[in-house]
Amino acid sequence: MQLESKIPPGPIDKKWEYAKSHYKLVNPANKRKYDIIVVGAGLAGASAAASLGELGYNVKCFVYHDSPRRAHSIAAQGGINAAKNYRNDGDSVYRLFYDTIKGGDYRSREGNVHRLAELSVNIIDQAVAQGVPFAREYGGALENRSFGGVQVSRTFFARGQTGQQLLLGAFQALERQIALGTVKQFNRHEMLDLVVVDGQAKGIITRDLITGRIEAHAADAVVLGTGGYVNVFYLSTNAKASNATAIWRAHKRGAAMANPCYTQIHPTCIPQSGDFQSKLTLMSESLRNDGRIWVPKQQGDKRPPQQIPESERDYYLERKYPSFGNLAPRDIASRAAKEACDEGKGIGASGRGVYLDFADAIKRLGRPVIEERYGNLFEMYHDITAEDPYEAPMRIYPAPHYSMGGLWVDYNLMSNVPGLYVIGEANFSDHGANRLGASALMQGLADGYFVLPVTIGDYLAGQLGKKVALDRPEFTNAIADVKDRVGKLLSAKGTRSVDSYHKELGSIMWEYCGMARSADGLKKALGMIRDLRQQYWRDVRVTGEGEEPNQSLEKAGRVADFFELAELMCIDALHREESAGGHFRVEYQTPDGEAQRNDDEFLYVGAWEYKGEGNEPVLHKEMLVYEEVKLATRSYK
Amino acid sequence: MNLTLHVWRQKSRDTNGSFATYQASGISPDASFLEMLDVVNEELIAKGEEPIHFEHDCREGICGSCGMMINGTAHGPMGGTATCQLHMRHFNDGDEVWVEPWRARAFPVIKDLIVDRSPLDKIIQAGGFISVNTGSAVEANTLPIPKPVQERAMDAAECIQCGACVAQCPNGAAQLFTAAKISHLGLLPQGQPERYERVLKMVEVMEEHFGSCTLFRECEAVCPKEISTEFITRMNKDYLTAQVKR
Repeated sequence: MQLESKIPPGPIDKKWEYAKSHYKLVNPANKRKYDIIVVGAGLAGASAAASLGELGYNVKCFVYHDSPRRAHSIAAQGGINAAKNYRNDGDSVYRLFYDTIKGGDYRSREGNVHRLAELSVNIIDQAVAQGVPFAREYGGALENRSFGGVQVSRTFFARGQTGQQLLLGAFQALERQIALGTVKQFNRHEMLDLVVVDGQAKGIITRDLITGRIEAHAADAVVLGTGGYVNVFYLSTNAKASNATAIWRAHKRGAAMANPCYTQIHPTCIPQSGDFQSKLTLMSESLRNDGRIWVPKQQGDKRPPQQIPESERDYYLERKYPSFGNLAPRDIASRAAKEACDEGKGIGASGRGVYLDFADAIKRLGRPVIEERYGNLFEMYHDITAEDPYEAPMRIYPAPHYSMGGLWVDYNLMSNVPGLYVIGEANFSDHGANRLGASALMQGLADGYFVLPVTIGDYLAGQLGKKVALDRPEFTNAIADVKDRVGKLLSAKGTRSVDSYHKELGSIMWEYCGMARSADGLKKALGMIRDLRQQYWRDVRVTGEGEEPNQSLEKAGRVADFFELAELMCIDALHREESAGGHFRVEYQTPDGEAQRNDDEFLYVGAWEYKGEGNEPVLHKEMLVYEEVKLATRSYK
Repeated sequence: MNLTLHVWRQKSRDTNGSFATYQASGISPDASFLEMLDVVNEELIAKGEEPIHFEHDCREGICGSCGMMINGTAHGPMGGTATCQLHMRHFNDGDEVWVEPWRARAFPVIKDLIVDRSPLDKIIQAGGFISVNTGSAVEANTLPIPKPVQERAMDAAECIQCGACVAQCPNGAAQLFTAAKISHLGLLPQGQPERYERVLKMVEVMEEHFGSCTLFRECEAVCPKEISTEFITRMNKDYLTAQVKR
């Protein structure tokens, strides 16, 4: 397997321009002769499908929801970064590029990240033109706020619903193309396999979630914008249906999986309150603009927070990271919370929680300002916990939130399988070992609106007249494989529900492959996962039939893939004998408990090749080359 | 908490449904309504029965997937909340709860509590967008938008397309949904070029699929985002103006 990053030549700020000027083009009249499949319609998928439709390609867009607007991008709260420098605070494309490289703990590609920073400004223009109601100043200009890991205010937002509004912009652009006939929309269809013909991605297999019919769809290229995989932890901030099946199926058909161990644990989520809990709810990072994080100085202090005097509180982020304070990056803030709780200073019944306190901000700015900034988030917190955050501090704890890892792609967002493109959270490309806040929306939209529609032409130009027919054995075999899998799940007729297995898998992953990892723990987890997976296939109970709407069956297929992915995550985490960003190996830390990278041995993207059931995956390394930024120990002190 | 549930069970679009009664036992008051159904479903699976099918995803009140009639009210008794954000602490131990799918001719039942809401997307396809291709946008701050205008547009844009407005309406009308999108775009300067054409096209498709509005305002009462019926007034005004301009 060859992993060529295909970074264009030239200085960092001219690479994208160089690439755009040298890609092969598809003549406008020929574009309608190409069929492109887009799977997923979140920010990346919807913006890609709409933009490809505008260009004149024939697009088929597949989602498992009842409408493309349900994709989990809709739940993103806080904002989207862009190097507009509207605040006159010294921001620039270079600074956004640098912050993202540093925030990712020097494990991302310079070329990709610089392009992302360049395109960030176009995204805001595009979104405003579509009618996205970003927050404004009284003079009518766009407003900004700060996010973690940076010292400028470059985050654009629409109340606490930035993801919703950006997704609606992309969704509406997509619906416009559907009406124009350039995009054919397939709702309630789940991709269950990728079809590769003579080494090229040429189609997908789907299950119609209403009729249960397994169908093949052919195309000249396949684009996956299917999101991240942290639901492998069962409890996460992801939507319940978010899953890894599309990327995992593509992986098993030859696409390399890069850095699967890089997962983001978000520091500010509402803590778990019982065994019934089905998901964890994020409280936007924007709250750290005004909220102060603390724990009692004394272990086991169970007094109500208002009764703990100032002198007996430890504002640990402000203490440890004075220059970034409460806006330290996510990986660092999460680990610090875990550390405080491990020391016995955690709050709440479970002792797994810290305070996020707005008392000072309310005193300084007045309640109306806080209400205007965070009103809907405070309401949401109140609805869920029955506690009023205007009166008492919020209780928060870290939770799995985002996957930086994903399918390997080159600069053009094409995987190592020609014709298979991967965009948004589903790929690995831009965030290294830790993603900065408000950068996921930026990446999804940069990929979908501006990168993929240009790069895909370079590949398609060579594919004219190379269509494949649906009666080829690659399609019929893939259909048979999918039917076989579905049949196996239905016929196990075991004793335990899918959810019970998913919960058990999640707790193994959280314990051994979560915020702190060790060689011993990971080896133990690998054994446990393999045993549980075998038991799953023998003993899972999937009710109902295949030829009808069947939510148990949908879940069963996704959890089966999570088992295999979980194993690869642990293998990757075990092999990476360093700490970097969200990947924290307890054996590799500085004397003051910070992540200790090992650039001599691990300055590479770890891309895994699937070698078949029962065989060890094979590691391929794409060495990371830093020409612009000097490698340094990340410091937020 | 212990509750008695009467849940609508229907195998498919073409079969008849009926209520089935289940006991929900040992439910935490901190659980959401959907988490309570999860508990009931685990028990059903343990007995070898099919779980209650219902649509849900984000469980944060934003994706708009979930929704059911709870004791005759869309999204239940709280108001201003989606079903996933309705918590059991708002019920009493021993309560009897009737759970049904959305009630509307435009939303046929697919299975149990899942309905087909695709006509809502058709209204968006008719004109619920600003026609601007990728790449042709002007610099974002070129166009100042007064803060009150942007805030008002955002009030309308918060709609999550759950369909509660239609489900609660005695006429099965989709005015609130349609008006929210028309107002979001029509209030903003970017939306002006297509403003009147948009309202004509969207209203036409709306009327093809849904009932008529007779100002019961039940929609506003159940809307999880508390979208105001003032937007319906605004839409009607735009519609009349558009007809005059025609």
